[in-house]
Amino acid sequence: MTEIGLPPINYGAITPMLILFGASCVGVFVEAFVPKAQRHLVQLVLSLGAITAALVTVVWQADTRTVTAGGAIAIDGPTLFLQGAILVLGVVSILLIGERSLERGGPFVAQAAIVVGSDADRNQTVRQPGATDIYPLSLFALTGMLLFVAANDLLTMFIGLEVLSLPLYLMCALARRRRLLSQEAALKYFMLGAYASAFFLFGLALVYGFTAGTPSGSGDNGGGVDFATIAAAVRNSEVSPALLYAGIALIAVGLLFKAAAAPFHVWTPDVYQGAPTPVTGFMAACTKVAAFGALLRVLHVAFGGASWAYTPVLGAVAALTMLVGAVLAVTQTDIKRLLAYSSVANAGYLLVGALAVNKQGLASTMFYLVAYGFTVLAGFAVVTLVRDADGEATHLSRWAGLGRRSPLFAGVFTFILLAFAGIPVTSGFTSKFAVFGAASGAGHTWLVVVGVLSSMILAFPYLRVVVMMWLSEPGESTPSVLVPGGLTAAALTIGVAATLVLGVAPESLLDLTNRAAEFVP
Amino acid sequence: MTAGQVALVATLALPALGAAAVALVPARADRAGRVLGTVFAALALVASLLIYRPDGGWFGYAPANRASAVRPWHELDLTWVPGLELRFHLGVDGISYPLVVLTTLLTLLCCAYTVGRSPGARPGRTLVALLLVIEVGVLGTFLALDLVLFFLFFEVVLLPMYAVIAGWGGDDPRAEAGAHRAAARKFVLYTLFGSVLMLVGVFTVVAAAGTADIVALTGGAGLSRPVQLAAFALLAIAFAVKSPLWPLHTWLPDAHTQAPTVGSVMLAGVLLKMGTYGLIRVAVGVAPEGARWAAPVLGVLAVAAIIVGALVCLAQTELKRLIAYSSVGHMGFVLLGVATLTATGLQAALIGNIAHGVITGLLFFLAGAIKDRFHTGALDDLGGLRERMPALSGLLGYAAIASLGLPGLAGFWGEAFAVVAALRRGGPLWTTLAVIAAVGGALTAAYFLRLLRRVTHGPASPVVAGAGGAPIAGVELAAWAPLVVLALAVGLVPTLVLGLAQGPVGALVEAVR
Repeated sequence: MTEIGLPPINYGAITPMLILFGASCVGVFVEAFVPKAQRHLVQLVLSLGAITAALVTVVWQADTRTVTAGGAIAIDGPTLFLQGAILVLGVVSILLIGERSLERGGPFVAQAAIVVGSDADRNQTVRQPGATDIYPLSLFALTGMLLFVAANDLLTMFIGLEVLSLPLYLMCALARRRRLLSQEAALKYFMLGAYASAFFLFGLALVYGFTAGTPSGSGDNGGGVDFATIAAAVRNSEVSPALLYAGIALIAVGLLFKAAAAPFHVWTPDVYQGAPTPVTGFMAACTKVAAFGALLRVLHVAFGGASWAYTPVLGAVAALTMLVGAVLAVTQTDIKRLLAYSSVANAGYLLVGALAVNKQGLASTMFYLVAYGFTVLAGFAVVTLVRDADGEATHLSRWAGLGRRSPLFAGVFTFILLAFAGIPVTSGFTSKFAVFGAASGAGHTWLVVVGVLSSMILAFPYLRVVVMMWLSEPGESTPSVLVPGGLTAAALTIGVAATLVLGVAPESLLDLTNRAAEFVP
Repeated sequence: MTAGQVALVATLALPALGAAAVALVPARADRAGRVLGTVFAALALVASLLIYRPDGGWFGYAPANRASAVRPWHELDLTWVPGLELRFHLGVDGISYPLVVLTTLLTLLCCAYTVGRSPGARPGRTLVALLLVIEVGVLGTFLALDLVLFFLFFEVVLLPMYAVIAGWGGDDPRAEAGAHRAAARKFVLYTLFGSVLMLVGVFTVVAAAGTADIVALTGGAGLSRPVQLAAFALLAIAFAVKSPLWPLHTWLPDAHTQAPTVGSVMLAGVLLKMGTYGLIRVAVGVAPEGARWAAPVLGVLAVAAIIVGALVCLAQTELKRLIAYSSVGHMGFVLLGVATLTATGLQAALIGNIAHGVITGLLFFLAGAIKDRFHTGALDDLGGLRERMPALSGLLGYAAIASLGLPGLAGFWGEAFAVVAALRRGGPLWTTLAVIAAVGGALTAAYFLRLLRRVTHGPASPVVAGAGGAPIAGVELAAWAPLVVLALAVGLVPTLVLGLAQGPVGALVEAVR
């Protein structure tokens, strides 16, 4: 029996993941050993510190281009860029998660296990400070996301998928108010997510079958699930491609589910609405980056040779996603559901960029991810501020006349909505322009046409909110806009500033994405 | 940076600065804010006048200094976002200059008008700030020499105009509540539809040519025939929505009727010109083969617009709506001139643009003044204005006669020479179009005379007799006087516009032939 040795691992290259993983484990211990009164501060500092440290290591090895851990992990331009994006957006999300001044005890439930509606529950809603296990959970999720975008074989990618998903399911269930809605959202997300994972796994098995007979990295002819082997098999294999096509389809289902593309989007509005708003922002920004990072790598590296086969199908998915997101957004009456459908539509635009299998497509998609992430976090930050006695007032009719009550925040939110609508001098315009430009360059004109038409439809729900805020008279039930605490204010400022800067002077980030847009073979 | 470049940037930057400054003025200093905005608008007008390059001469044109058909007097070319082919490339030449001055002038007049007459319940300083933002977008559109920058400025106009109509419009008490919102929505829907088509067109051109530089693109260099046809179709529809060309005009009457007076003036005076300017500069310039291919269709639609506009006007019962539909007819003449693709036709289109901006701007000011005084625009309720307010009805008569194209006033040149250009083009199609357009010109006279008969002549109606009928205020006179003078000046000395445009139009026609 031959001895199985550990593959050599370039620990330097995977330091960011190790830091986050270590910090999340420490976070679990903090939960156990630090007194309740100090936990929040300790956890907050620990999380921010760990993410910053990870970010520093990502920046530090900006020039690393390597495949390590036996071909399981690729550290290259897209990986480092996306990891950096996830970490920066993660910092902003943690700022939102850590806000405690808007509501007594913060936005999270004190003890998730207490039965909803019981006396103990009423007691904890008004008195108890929120639980702090949200921090290690977010760090675990971030670890998974970093692994997800770095995975260089399908199994590692699956592990990354699970590591990022499981904490997210839990985080969705931790809302302090409207707990049933929150728990329902978590359960729904979990059930559908489990299905999606199963699809992914089945696709993985089919692709493995397809690669049988292709020399793999380990030297035998047994095939493999690392992307290099798959790419070689796509080019050279004599096996019937049916296995390949079915595999691509199933893997795409798994990834598109996380990316919230139609017809795998049905969880999005419910989960976005039910989850605590900071967690929604975290999902809309970071999860989207991770999901599209993985999708880009799969489409470009592993299945790039079969792009003629999947482009029509995924193009149809992209068109459907844009239209479904835009049309359904028009009918929404809840701001969080509206933003959820807008997130679906944005997944469609991202898919348009991802389908342009060339350098420009890759670069523009990465740019879009960052630009959208900042804007959507700022958007949800404003949502956390508009409150009445029962918590956040998310029904759109309640937002009428907000411009009179609080011109500053209504103005900020107007700016964010205009960015979503893709109006010039916001990042929304630059990113849409870049993505459509890339698609047009790759010859997908019909996707561009659908894209611009859907963005025209999508402008209306945004405009409706703007009109409602400014041109309606405030009523009795118009909620107040709280003065944000330091953390939310910081998150909001970062998000709005990034939206503006990426709209006016996007060149440096575009340049960065262009330099990063090359996968290692 | 040369002095010309400084003036170029100042023309664009002053309104933007003004909008920002006015927006910062606190609510209690509303009037001061409006005055401040007017000062900035005046400075922008001065800057735009300084752009003019005297060595071009009034009647001549500076010698060609390079190969392209677009030879700007002043040019500013800065890198902005090379990753998106976006350059901050501004320039002005004889085609755009008259429109630039028209824009700065009309914005100044609108701002000054707002100082004197604060519209409705909403703050006037915000309206002034929005007008200045609109000015930035319109001027940027006229000055941009980069396709992407052009699109960007084109888009900037959309939302402030929406806000002006939705926020300050709907002063008609008889209209159902929310009608102005519906009109504003319709305006946005149509314009966005045009914008997205234009965006696709821009992508098509940029992807095929590898550059977005209008100077380099003019003449259709390097674009294959299918690309040109596709690009022209997309861009032409986009500009046709804005112009508006029949049958894409239906947003216009609603928007005009519901908009506040200054909104109508801006809309008719300068916003519609973005469409025709874009058609000449971008669609025809970049895709000449597509333009030749589509010219008959464009011509037929333009003539249809003339006839339809005139017939609808004959049946109109509301003052502002009538003027709005008359815009459809006038812009039909402009588009007919463009469709001929001849030097005469393009010249006619340019002077028609300016004339329409001046005259229709004046007409909307007058209609606003009438509605202010009598709180109705229904022709049935008006009548006998001459007896109560001879000065106002005299001005209305002057503007209406100028608009119907009396020789010696500004409206004549554009319409007459559009017909002449179509006749000169020859062939059964163009001859027929010219004849029908001439008939449309006669119908224009008919409906304007009907308007005058209903509003100014006859016995004073109860509404007119009963209302106070305040005399013309100084601020109104100040806002109208430049337009009255210009309508006469352009009519008597058309070379004011034509002399400037002669060289560039000749070069353009040469390039697209």
